[in-house]
Amino acid sequence: MTKRFFSGPFLIFILCGTLIPLGVIAFYGITDRSGSFTFDNITAIATPEHREALFLALALAFISTVICLIIAFPLGLILKDSKLGKKGFMVFVFILPMWMNFLLRTMAWQVLLERNGIINQVLGFIGLPSLDIINTPAAVVLGMVYDYLPFMILPIYNALIKIDKHVIEAAYDLGASGIQVFRKVIVPLSVPGIVSGVTMVFVPSLTTFAVSNMLGGGKVNLIGNIIEQEFTASSNWNLGAGLSLVMMIFIVISMALIEKFDRNGEGNIL
Amino acid sequence: MALIELVDISKSFDGELVLDEFNLKIKENEFITLLGPSGCGKTTTLRILGGFETPDTGKVLFNGQDITGLAPNKRQINTVFQKYALFPHMSIADNIAFGLKISGKSKEYIRDKVKYALKLVNLSGYEKRSVDSLSGGQQQRIAIARAIVNEPRVLLLDEPLGALDLKLRQEMQYELIRLKNELGITFLYVTHDQEEALTMSDKVVVMNQGYIQQMGTPEEIYNEPENAFVADFIGDSNIVPGIMMEDRVVKICDHIFPCIDEGFGRKKPVDVVIRPEDIIIGNPGEGIIDGVVTSNVFIGVHYEMCIEAAGFEWLAQNTKSYPVGTKVSINVIPENIQIMNKPQSEDEEAMALDD
Amino acid sequence: MKKTFKGIYLLLIMLFLYLPIFTLMVLSFNGGKTMNAWVGFSLEWYEEMFNNRQIMEALWNTVTIAFWAATIATVVGVMACIGINFMKERHRSLLMGINNIPLLNADIVTGISLMLAFLLFGISLNYGTVLFAHITFCIPYVILSVMPKLKQLENHTYEAALDLGASPIYAFFKVVMPDIMPGIISGFLLSFTMSVDDFVITHFTRGAGINTLSTLIYSQVRVGIRPTLYALSTLIFVAVFVVLVIVNIIGNKKEERKDL
Repeated sequence: MTKRFFSGPFLIFILCGTLIPLGVIAFYGITDRSGSFTFDNITAIATPEHREALFLALALAFISTVICLIIAFPLGLILKDSKLGKKGFMVFVFILPMWMNFLLRTMAWQVLLERNGIINQVLGFIGLPSLDIINTPAAVVLGMVYDYLPFMILPIYNALIKIDKHVIEAAYDLGASGIQVFRKVIVPLSVPGIVSGVTMVFVPSLTTFAVSNMLGGGKVNLIGNIIEQEFTASSNWNLGAGLSLVMMIFIVISMALIEKFDRNGEGNIL
Repeated sequence: MALIELVDISKSFDGELVLDEFNLKIKENEFITLLGPSGCGKTTTLRILGGFETPDTGKVLFNGQDITGLAPNKRQINTVFQKYALFPHMSIADNIAFGLKISGKSKEYIRDKVKYALKLVNLSGYEKRSVDSLSGGQQQRIAIARAIVNEPRVLLLDEPLGALDLKLRQEMQYELIRLKNELGITFLYVTHDQEEALTMSDKVVVMNQGYIQQMGTPEEIYNEPENAFVADFIGDSNIVPGIMMEDRVVKICDHIFPCIDEGFGRKKPVDVVIRPEDIIIGNPGEGIIDGVVTSNVFIGVHYEMCIEAAGFEWLAQNTKSYPVGTKVSINVIPENIQIMNKPQSEDEEAMALDD
Repeated sequence: MKKTFKGIYLLLIMLFLYLPIFTLMVLSFNGGKTMNAWVGFSLEWYEEMFNNRQIMEALWNTVTIAFWAATIATVVGVMACIGINFMKERHRSLLMGINNIPLLNADIVTGISLMLAFLLFGISLNYGTVLFAHITFCIPYVILSVMPKLKQLENHTYEAALDLGASPIYAFFKVVMPDIMPGIISGFLLSFTMSVDDFVITHFTRGAGINTLSTLIYSQVRVGIRPTLYALSTLIFVAVFVVLVIVNIIGNKKEERKDL
């Protein structure tokens, strides 16, 4: 059948836009400036500066992902129950913010978090101690949660609304309490959504350099920052590519760990 | 004493009254069916019993105790849902064991019980299978097994056979009757399929627009419908306006028919129900009204014919075929003429109308 | 009680998501240059915005790149779905797996690998490389939006059209297209949004000559972002908001009519 050839342009884009570039980055990663083979760019991760940046990135990404999950799951349940959970509302609340540039929105947190910023003024007004987190890892985590929360909410919500109402009723009917229904039916059935949500928050958090740059005030160096600097400031592309490969290995490991929870293997991105 | 009693239950959704002062008593070990068109309130009744809806007014009594506000997980009632509602992430055995695990039964007990339940629904050896790998009929049996292992006093079944094909549906009807007899518990069955209701039930409750239209054994419902709605909904029937001349004499289409009903008064307008199989077709002049066959279809055991006679189109069934255009006469023996009161007020009219 | 709690929770999340946006909106009307203090109401940033060539160029680049990337990605993606649908199961799942790579891969890796590939093959970074990169990462969104719709599609409607004498092309445009249209539209809109919002991949593939709004903003992070950009973002946000509201109202009206 010639109909298969409709995929031709797509195959070209896959080849030129995804596969070849991945090959190129791998090539740069295992060669030095003169083009001869070396593992130095990979082992460079072991230097204290790089290692710390990687571990900090892993830690902050893990914390952000957990916070997003804790925030998003109850929200998904609330939206599932309410009539608000209709598509129009979801688009409004979670896609609309994307139309305000994410760099600007992240910058706005600087204004909000400053020592004399709005948040501290409100906190002071109600007699709470001021929040002094700007230019700390805490602010970076806040920025990550803020930027990537919608990517956790949407897949979880999509998984939750797919659960047949009668299945939940059947669990109650068979004697399960509210908590038991949650633990034995709702959570297991929303695993595909949780898996894709976790993936979509963890990966960008682990690799970001913009958020840490803007809310960390140059004091929070993540692996993403190191790599970006190799390409802009230091111009050691081979080292940057090598560190990217290491980072990809960590992404693949984390995703493999996450996938293990998805017993059905039905994780879907959208 | 009744096991379950619904007392003056009213329920509306978005301002639409679905049940209006509904009363029903269900005895222990009874197979009772709620029968009616969609939107008649039968499923709502079931959901109120299961605890999934709370009535606006009225009480649900179980063994004399008020359980109106009791959560579904606290009731000795289990439900078989319309679309099975099996847990897709669990094996068949885990599905059936769900309720038993919740109530903290021992491992051995659960294993034996699952085995017993699977045997009861003729699916022995299916423990390890996944839900997706079963056909609709098998899933339905698992849903039943999952409900009955908990030994409920009452099993609620919400159109459980609706999604199955005809042959499987008939098979399952016999299965359900057998199960009911083996378990000795009360079955409350909801359906819009009159055949299902008549085949399986000890007692049929015909409902429409939130009211009970008639309650009785399948024979009573079929042979002595109390109003035009029931007559129309249960089986095929000719519903003809008539006038009760005096006791045991009714005038239909200006012809006098002897009947056996009494007590309707003199010259009283009534509705007359005559089942198609009760119409006796003869040569012209042999019966009470003469007419002409206008259509004739063979539907298996017999022929279904329309006969135009005295300004009314009669539906008749007969094993002998009368070709279209044949001049015939029709007759009905007195025992097969069922007289019903005409609806009096508009309210009753509404009750009698389909949908 | 439970309801109030749910309401408060929802409200807090909304506040969290929208507080920065409102902050920016308010600051776009601030008279002073500083982000920290309210000087007084002013429209000067809106005026400056229209006269700032750099901003207007970045806006133009952002919009045209998003438009072309989304359009080309939609055409390529829809064709790909049709082709993939006719493939053997093994090839199909392999391609769908590769399709997921740009989605699951870190933006920074995608951006760097594209940049390195361009430079290795002697392609200088410019508008075209950014566009190519955007098409590459938009196609997966289109495929993921269209593929499920195509799978749901009753194959027999296409065959019925052929049976009734339609040519394959006519049958596709008259029978298949209308059915998968919602998927195509959402794939296009998703691509457009992702393209406008992208920073990282553009950052690495743009070269020195051109800016999109994202890269322009990032270049100003250190020196301090001029409120002109707040003004521009506010306008874009409000415009999109208005369009969404109108689309929603029309959609709801249509649904009401369907109910009747």
